[in-house]
Order: sequence, then C-alpha cells, then structure tokens
Amino acid sequence: MGKHPHIIRLDRASGHREIVANHWIRVAEAGDDAVPGHTLLPLKQWLERRDELLERDDVGIWFAPDDEPEALGADAVRLAIIAVDFPAFTDGRGFSIGRLLRERYGFTGELRAVGDVFKDTLNYLRRCGFDAFEIRADKDVEEAAKGLDDFDDAYQNSVDQPAPLFRRR
Amino acid sequence: MYQYDDYDQKIVDQRVAQFRDQTRRFLAGELTGEEFRPLRLQNGLYIQRHAPMLRVAIPYGHLRSDQVRKLAEIARKYDRGYGHFTTRQNIQYNWPKLEDVPEILAELATVQMHAIQTSGNCVRNTTTDQFAGVAHDELIDPRPWCELIRQWSTFHPEFAHLPRKFKIAVSGSVEDRAASWVHDIGLHMVTDAQGEIGFKVIVGGGLGRTPMVGSVIREYLPRWHLLSYLDAILRVYNRYGRRDNKYKARIKILVKAMTPEAFAAKVEAEWQHLQDGPMTLTQTEIDRVSAFFTAPAYERLAGDDAGFLQLKAENKAFARWVQRNVFAHKQPGYAAVTLSLKSTGIAPGDATADQLDGVADLADRYAFGEVRVSHEQNLILADVRQSDLAAVWDAAKKLGFATPNIGLITDIVCCPGGDFCDLANAKSIPIAEGVQRIFDEEDYLFDLGEIDLNISGCMNSCGHHHVGHIGILGVDKSGSEWYQISLGGRQGHAASLGKVIGPSFAQDDVPAVIKQIIDVYVEQRLADERFIDVFDRLGIEPFKARVYQKERAHG
Repeated sequence: MGKHPHIIRLDRASGHREIVANHWIRVAEAGDDAVPGHTLLPLKQWLERRDELLERDDVGIWFAPDDEPEALGADAVRLAIIAVDFPAFTDGRGFSIGRLLRERYGFTGELRAVGDVFKDTLNYLRRCGFDAFEIRADKDVEEAAKGLDDFDDAYQNSVDQPAPLFRRR
Repeated sequence: MYQYDDYDQKIVDQRVAQFRDQTRRFLAGELTGEEFRPLRLQNGLYIQRHAPMLRVAIPYGHLRSDQVRKLAEIARKYDRGYGHFTTRQNIQYNWPKLEDVPEILAELATVQMHAIQTSGNCVRNTTTDQFAGVAHDELIDPRPWCELIRQWSTFHPEFAHLPRKFKIAVSGSVEDRAASWVHDIGLHMVTDAQGEIGFKVIVGGGLGRTPMVGSVIREYLPRWHLLSYLDAILRVYNRYGRRDNKYKARIKILVKAMTPEAFAAKVEAEWQHLQDGPMTLTQTEIDRVSAFFTAPAYERLAGDDAGFLQLKAENKAFARWVQRNVFAHKQPGYAAVTLSLKSTGIAPGDATADQLDGVADLADRYAFGEVRVSHEQNLILADVRQSDLAAVWDAAKKLGFATPNIGLITDIVCCPGGDFCDLANAKSIPIAEGVQRIFDEEDYLFDLGEIDLNISGCMNSCGHHHVGHIGILGVDKSGSEWYQISLGGRQGHAASLGKVIGPSFAQDDVPAVIKQIIDVYVEQRLADERFIDVFDRLGIEPFKARVYQKERAHG
C-alpha cells in the first residue's frame, strides 16, 4: 500500500521497457472527501462513487484477487490505470483478472501488477496483459526486468500474442 | 512419437536457462527458500528427507530408446544408479545434488525431455493408457490429443499458480486404463451419431484426502473445441477454487460445493466467450500432431505365430508370462509386452541404470525403439512380433523384469513412502515387500487371479490406494506408523473407492492381515470368481470378521 518507488514500464507494441518513478498512491480506503489526484482506489469504493469518478483520468482502481472484472465491466475502457494486487505470487487469480480486463472488457490503459512481484512472474504477467510492474522494494529492479525476456515464444494465445503457436508454426 | 521442432526445443532450452538462473539466485541468497520453493516445484524439484528429489516428465508415458539411455546416464552420473517410475508415468531421482539440477535439465533437453510442471500447483503431466495406439479395444488413439494438451498446458500464462495441482487423463479405448474417473479432468474419446470424434468431459474426480469419482459435465465436446473448453474449466477453477485451505483446494471440492450442474453451467457460460476463438484447433494442427503417432512399419503377418503358440503350449513358465505380461495387439502377429518392475524385494517401480540400458536395447531390437511407462509403474514394449516373444522373455528374465505378475496381487502399486518422501506418514516399500513374500509361490499367486493391491504412505495417495481392490494407507498415530486397510476399490469405468475395513494395524501385522483377507476370498469364491466379484457379492463383513477376530488392532 502507499507509494512505491520501482516501476518497470513496458511498451507493449515495441517491447521497450524502462524503469520509471511512480506517481500513483494505492490506498486501502478513501476518505469521504474528494479523492486526490493519482490515487488508486479499491474496486468496491470506486464503484460506489462511479458517477463522480468516471470522468477523472487521474483516479485509478486496484483489484484484490477476489474482485471480479465483471463488476467493472465496460467501464474498464474509460480508465487510465488499473492495478492488480498479488498478495503472494503463488496466488494466480490476478492472471485471470488481467486477461479478462484486456480481452473481454477492452481495457487499454496501464495494467499494473503490484504486491509480491519480482523477476520470476514477469513473463506470465506480461502475457496476461500487464505492462507495468511494481517490483518488490527488496528486489533489484534492473535484474527483475530481465525476467521479461525469459522466453521468446509460447504455445498458447495470450494478450501479447493473440495467435497460438499452432496457428503460426 | 512426437519430435520437437525448433519452437519446442527453444522453449525447453529457455526453461533450462531460467531454472539455472533461479538456482544461482537461490544459492546466492537472492531468492529466499520460501520464494524458491514454488519455483523449483514447478520444475519437479523437491527437497526431501535425505536429499533433493527430481521428477522428470515422461509425457503420457512415452519414451524413445535414446531417452531411456539418457535417463540411465543421469542415474549413473548424478544419482545412485537408479530411478523410480511413478504412478503419473514419470521418473524420479532420489539423490541428485541441488546444484547439479540445471546440468541434469540441460542433459535432458538434448533428448527432448524436461521436468516442466512435474510438481507444484499447476497442470501436471497428462497421462493415458499405456497401450494407446496398439490396444485391441481402442476406439481412437488418444496420443495426439495428449500432446496437444501437453503443449496447451506448458507454461500456460494464466494457470501457473492454481489453487492446487491439476491432473488430466485421456482414455480412448473400451476399457479405461487411464484412471480417468479419478482425475481433476478425465477425457473420454467418443464419436457422435455422425461418427465425428469428440470428448466426454469428466471433472472433479481425484484421490487424496477426499477421494471422489468425477462427474460428467459434458457428454460430447467436438474435438475442435478441446483447448478452449479446457481454458474455460481452468479459468473457473483458478478464480473460484479455494485457496484458504490446501486440503480443500482441489477442483473436486469446488465441483462438489457448487454441484456438478452449477459448475458445468459456469464453465459453459465462460466458454461462450472463448468458443470459436483463437484456441479453436485447426485441422492442420490436428494433422501435424497426429502424423507423429502413425503405426510403425509393421510386417504384414497372417495371424498368430506358430512358433510362439507352440512354445506357449509346451513351456508352462513361458505360458504364464504370456498370460500375465503379454497384451493383445490390434496388429496381427504382434503383441505388447509389459516388463514387470515388481520383482519381490525391489521397490515397486525402481529400475537401475543397467536395467534401463537393457530396456533401451530391447526396444531397439524388438519394438521400434519405443518404451512406455504405465501408471501401474511398469514398462511396456508396445510393438513386439509374436515370433520375438521368446527372445524378449529370455532377455527380460536376465534383466529381472520378467516376473509373471501383471494384474496379480504382487504387481503392487506403491509410492516411495517414508523411506524417501517428506510428506509420508509411514513407509510403504517394506509393506510391499512383506506382502510380496507371502504370495511368492507362483502356483498360489496364479490361483488367486487378478487382484489390485495399492499402497500409499500418506493421504496424498500417490499409490492410489483408494482404487485398489485392496488398499493400504500409512497413517501416523502419535509418532508411530500404522496402516489402514480398505477393500473394494477399483479403477476403470466402474471406478469406485474402497471402504475402510476398520482400525489400523502395526507394520509387522500387515502381511498376515492381507493373508487373512485372501483366505476369506479363497474359501468363499465360486469357481473362478475374482476377488473383487466375491467382495461385491459378500460385502465387507466376512473379511472384517476374520481380520478382527482376535484383538490385534489398536485405535
């Protein structure tokens, strides 16, 4: 929670990546007042204030593993940024959330993985549509970025490669 | 057999490099033990009682002779000269060094092998009938579909960290030899009224702590949709399977909690979005993969070989071996041979490096260079000319793999148990040996007929004790090892789970208890009635009465 220094940003079209400063603050709970700029709100709270927040491109959402992309639905296309929390990297629900947001609900903004994120899951995350990675503070972010290059190809279709290998080989 | 192209090879090679890096970072302290654990498990590496254990994948149990030789070489070079074949048709090494594992994987990659997803909470090795492609009762060859599933499941981006492990089995014959009713997903190859190939889809079977027979969620799935439908099932499981309690995390618990009907409806709803999408299989791909599983260059033989029939008539020992270890083949003049890895006194499923080399030689000489592993932990030469059976028998005897006991009570399915495995509550290998010694006399053994005896050293049920006609489960009672016995389980289309007979027994008592159970069977059977049929006719009571007549059991 809070502001985190290390973000790897991936340009999905070119594959170019860079390490950038983070401008977003993820909060567990919003107060009753106006939401400050560059805030990531829990899905539930954003939904409660949807009408007020839908036009604001400086407010984003974060998903917990048991949050449902269906609850956001078509509003996903209006958002600039969505974060998905991986409280433990072994909880794979966020992979499904990422794919659903991208493939079913047409989300094109920044999809950020937060929480227990380090080198060894970046390849899967990228394939599920993530293009920003908040690397755990105790990990070397430069080293972690190399995880994006662990594999050049894969068998299945995915967000970054809509055609499965059997349609290309 | 399937042959890698450059794509397959590169994926495996890059996995070797990735794991080498993960191992290096772990040894350098950059990855904690807790972080490394799921990563190494996804590559089949356990830290065990005495040493690490490495489980190498044998996709649907198929091996080429060069791969068998490589397994032997690895056993010699990095282990103590042997390996253990598992009930998932894989092989395990019990004594590798952690720091050697990247090198072992690199060696495996040179023969198109790997350890990908042989453990961990991901989709595991897909299994099938050990007689796939040659069985006399086969409807459709399941192997191309197993390979398609292997590729679909390998590094699936969405399903790398499921609530729990996930196992798929495919069966394409009349008799189900793939235990498909007790898998997370069981697929039966079927045809519709027009003769079009498809799948019956069974979900939510499994053994372990809460054994269950699966439920059919779709009677017929057209073959084009296999992979997108699997995506739909796995997505529902990944999102909704329990993650709060590892003992309730398998898909069977979700299916039961939702009811099979509601689960099926959820899958269908998800599939509506995926149906006809990019994962819809193409005829080109089905043809490409099927081309690897065509029949070998069989000689055209008129029928049964005269010399073989003559020897069978004259030589009782040979006839017995044929009766138990030779399986009818769909090609005239050919047979499938099971090499028994269940000789008394040897841990069931174990093979030494020299034995593996011997098997590879036999495969090259008599069986088109191919070997298979069964989920009953034996090895199979699938395509042997009947005229070569005598020579194969002689050679198998020299290797110690000709015990004529396939399907008999000494063909015990057995996990490594407490001698090796960290999870085990109790030893299982000495129990297997104790039982084998009781039934060592061949006339007696043959007279008893077909009896499946399965032993698991703990609730994880790697020895599939729930589906043994006689099941033995190791349990821990305040620090000492006890054994619970169940009767009446079975695999196949009539799959059902055994019933626990009563309080458990001490290790030393187990062989005598099994003997008592068999005595009841022998006394009660009518003509050549099988053990399981006697059990079905009489129920558990007469067995229970005999076993507990004296005060032996505790707790």
